[in-house]
Amino acid sequence: MKFTFSWLRDHLDTQHSLTEICDALPMLGLEVESLEDPLRHLSDFLVAEIITAERHPDADRLQVCTVDKGDGKPLQIVCGAANAKAGLKTVLAPVGSWIPGSDMTLKEGKIRGQASQGMLCSYEELAMGQDHDGIAELPADAPVGTSFASFAADAELPASDPVIEIAITPNRGDCLGVRGVARDLAAAGYGNLKPLDFSEEEGCFASPLTWEIAEEAKPLVPLISGRLFEGVQNADAPSWMADRLTAIGQRPISALVDITNYVMIDLGRPLHAYDADKVEGDKLTVRLAEQGEQVEALNEKTYTLEEGALVIGDAAGPDDLAGIMGGERTGVSETTTRMFLEIAVFDPIRVATTGRQLNLHSDARYRFERGLDACSPIEMAGYIARLVNSICGGTISHLVVEGNAKPARQSVSFAPEKVVQLTGVDCPLDKQVEILSVLGFELDTSQPIWQVAVPHWRNDIDGAADLVEEIIRIYGFDKLEMASLPRDEVVARPSYSPAQKRSLVLRRTLASRGLTEAVTFSFLKRKDAELFGGDNDALMLANPISNDLNMMRPSVVPNLLQAMGRNLNRGIEEACFFEIGPVFLSPDAEGQRMAVGGVRQGRRQLGDWQHKEQPFDLFDAKADLLAALSVLGVRVDNLVASRDVPAWLHPGRSGVLRLGKAEMGVFGEVHPAICRAFDLPEGVAAFEFWLDNIAMPRRKGPAKTPIDLSALQPVSRDFAFIVAEEVEAQKLIDAVRRAARDVVEAVTVFDVYQGKGIEERHKSVALNVRLQPRDTTFSEADLAKIADQIVATVAKNCGGLLRG
Amino acid sequence: MTEIETLKADLLSSVEGASDLAALEAVRLDALGKKGRISVQLKRLGALEPEQRKQTGQALNQVKDELAEAISARQKLLEAEALSAQLEAERVDISLPVQQPLAGNIHPLSRTVEEIAAIFADMGFSIAEGPDIETDFYNFTALNIPPEHPARQEHDTFYLRPDAENVRPVLRTHTSPVQIRTMQKEKPPIRIIVPGRTYRSDHDATHSPMFHQCEGLVIGENIHMGHLKGCLIDFCRAFFGVDDLPVRFRPSFFPFTEPSAEVDIGCRRVDGKLEIGAGDDWLEILGSGMVHPKVIENCGMNPDEVQGFAFGMGVERLAMLKYGISDLRTFYDSDLRWLKHYGFLPIDVPALHTGLDEGV
Repeated sequence: MKFTFSWLRDHLDTQHSLTEICDALPMLGLEVESLEDPLRHLSDFLVAEIITAERHPDADRLQVCTVDKGDGKPLQIVCGAANAKAGLKTVLAPVGSWIPGSDMTLKEGKIRGQASQGMLCSYEELAMGQDHDGIAELPADAPVGTSFASFAADAELPASDPVIEIAITPNRGDCLGVRGVARDLAAAGYGNLKPLDFSEEEGCFASPLTWEIAEEAKPLVPLISGRLFEGVQNADAPSWMADRLTAIGQRPISALVDITNYVMIDLGRPLHAYDADKVEGDKLTVRLAEQGEQVEALNEKTYTLEEGALVIGDAAGPDDLAGIMGGERTGVSETTTRMFLEIAVFDPIRVATTGRQLNLHSDARYRFERGLDACSPIEMAGYIARLVNSICGGTISHLVVEGNAKPARQSVSFAPEKVVQLTGVDCPLDKQVEILSVLGFELDTSQPIWQVAVPHWRNDIDGAADLVEEIIRIYGFDKLEMASLPRDEVVARPSYSPAQKRSLVLRRTLASRGLTEAVTFSFLKRKDAELFGGDNDALMLANPISNDLNMMRPSVVPNLLQAMGRNLNRGIEEACFFEIGPVFLSPDAEGQRMAVGGVRQGRRQLGDWQHKEQPFDLFDAKADLLAALSVLGVRVDNLVASRDVPAWLHPGRSGVLRLGKAEMGVFGEVHPAICRAFDLPEGVAAFEFWLDNIAMPRRKGPAKTPIDLSALQPVSRDFAFIVAEEVEAQKLIDAVRRAARDVVEAVTVFDVYQGKGIEERHKSVALNVRLQPRDTTFSEADLAKIADQIVATVAKNCGGLLRG
Repeated sequence: MTEIETLKADLLSSVEGASDLAALEAVRLDALGKKGRISVQLKRLGALEPEQRKQTGQALNQVKDELAEAISARQKLLEAEALSAQLEAERVDISLPVQQPLAGNIHPLSRTVEEIAAIFADMGFSIAEGPDIETDFYNFTALNIPPEHPARQEHDTFYLRPDAENVRPVLRTHTSPVQIRTMQKEKPPIRIIVPGRTYRSDHDATHSPMFHQCEGLVIGENIHMGHLKGCLIDFCRAFFGVDDLPVRFRPSFFPFTEPSAEVDIGCRRVDGKLEIGAGDDWLEILGSGMVHPKVIENCGMNPDEVQGFAFGMGVERLAMLKYGISDLRTFYDSDLRWLKHYGFLPIDVPALHTGLDEGV
């Protein structure tokens, strides 16, 4: 909300400076968003008087002036303004000052040969207005030699008024008027709230227009008042009002419109002015709209209403969106002479709902939504009537009122020790009473539990905690004592549970394998989601920010592929990413999984003088997956791979790893069609698994299992088997393990060969088997026996022949 | 010259003449091998007169010793020469460039969360989590944000499509729903932080449709606003590593806290660059307050018996301020150049015992 400093001082009797006030506001919860002080650059400028003014000897349009600046040392100044004449009081910019209106720093110099020791300024040069001819003309009693800035502030010169903009939190509807802000400042000791004449205005005739509230609208219209102003003149608003509205960025329109806007800012009280001559019939009815009714609002747009919106209408139909915007048909114009003024309180929720349905924002709606002074339709009516009358003349009718004229004040039971309980600050009782009283609360402190009546402009207060906030907010947050949290444990416990810690360990594991962590959005476009099996309509966003982000993701891989694409387009050749983040199967909490995925594209090994270049392939993804599972405690030797992969993977170059029946993860090369859809080269390696699927290892205490460090040397033996092409290496490895389970420590595939010397559709697989003796070293006979067992088992299980 | 002297001179000269280890071995065999010239003479000793045998034997053995010594000396010399030659032959161009394995990095958001967690762990907090897709109840109603409350409009909420009962799930607009979920299932005292993804339908230079928050909740019997102040000042100073960091508490409004406070930290601008610390300006970094009695009631507890405080901070904002990152949108762009620059090494674990600062 914007207002000017002088406006604030209309309500607040204060000696505090603008700076002090602006420092105080945020500490009351009223955050200062901006401060524009036209005088802040004018601190060196002085009130001065022209003593003599004579024609410049060498220039017809210039005068040479002697100027008194109050210190008995007159200056000579060359001035081009036609209105410069002896005896004029004006504004002197001394040498060295910066002129805000022309953005220049003033130097002493000669103008056409005559010394000039300063400058006499126009309002335009002072950045205080544009349509001024010549230099500023100050009143004759302006004190020569004083600071122009303080003179201008005291005299409230037009455009000298600093503009303050504050942010109002949604609970403080009462501070959407200048008076509310002044009240808070007064409570905090920054001056006194000036009294305002809220006495009733009797009026001198009965209003020919009255209110009617339809039965079904009654709960939504607690109180509404109105009165007729007969014989008004709707000319321009007075300049003091127009200047203030201009200063806060509102365009003055006409006296009646400006008065409604002014009162809205001044008292936080939106009004609506009808041209009574345009109202059909003798009553205005507040009712609920029927589906499809239309209103042309004051912004000249026509709105089609949904059933239940609050509207006000006459015999000719609805013409006011209650609490949001008036109607064009019955609005005032410059020819209006009979004006009916509405002061209403409407249900904030209904106003908000209708405003949102119509997507219509207004300053009035903003205030109605946040709640208005419940008594204002009656209590402010007199003050407002006199304001209208003083500006527009005419006569005032009696007030017509509908609704509950005496809304009950809410009362809160309050134990004053609640302040120290909640805040730790022991605010003295008399201070508590004082703060609440200045804020408008009425207290009964006769019992240990006080009864506190809430002012009718504070609809944010309904409990003891609210009162504590009022007290500590005004008493000062700076009084809060810093108390470190008591330590319950001398040695802190871990903050991550063992299950939560897994993400941290995985992150380090994958990053140390050369994958960089990406954080991507949890949503993507449906088309991409579908490629990864995401087709659950329930996961579509109802209000996506764009159609590229309209569905919750089923996998982290599509987002990582997009990230990869962006990087490849930037000319980056090795793009390896992982992400640990949520994916979604259904909208309920059970449908969310923590996915771990990674992608690789580019070269595993860059070619150089030492190495041959090697591209990433599915085995890099397999290694990533195994490394991740292994660090989670999965016994990777027991994993079984199969080819029943999801459709986004290459069917021949990918696999699913299972432990028993439990799926542990997938790896492989991304399906060429998917690569094409994401505009990527083929052969992107990827893996993904859901952390939720991996059981926590069973562990009792930190102790590790005992280790058996054999004193006996292991023996290494090589075998090459010729098997049919389709026999998988894992099958050979399993067969070798099975053949001598007790002693086979490791099996390594060190060569796979097809081609010359090997039968068609067959391959040679070379294995290195490491054998660990248990009790005694192997004899040659032992080794021969083990080798025979291996060869026999491989022959039996895999149809493999030992290569000769 | 006697025959033995001649032999000796001859053999020693052969040793000197041996140009490599093989030649030296040949000389050794020629002299001391089974059929070597000295060995043969020694074998013949038996045929001599005792007096003669003794004299000749002594002479021969002396020659043998001298010769062995000469061979050994020559061998050392030749070995040293051979090693020098080997070293010379094995010389390479040490200026050849080498490859490092491709390095991966940890995202600055993950790092920041870990730093936050390290500090709060020391203050006795544990990590709590909740779903990203929330119900209206947990995201709003239970947090004292009734339907049509103006605060709801300010949340720019994403909704999923309505279900069969016309209920729209929401993407959580803050991590505060986890306050409710925790209070519903745990008994006080409670100290949790909740780092996680949050969503609002806003997308411009300073807003992202997805961002991260870290909620905090402390519930106990005598936890008051002074503890809130102490806890958050302790956190801010530890996180930014500025012992005398000014921290300011300002009244504010959140529907789920009462009283509510906005927290600012001191800063200054030096040559257009923002520095965190004592200065003439303030930066808003988090919102906080005493948990609203209605929220406590909504979780089935009695606000006259337990109270506490809650806070929420933007992880991106903390990361930007601490690490000098200027553009919010870059966090989610996955530009590898950016991630290499602003990311962290996986071996660099933030912990209080080693300090939260990066590197050594």
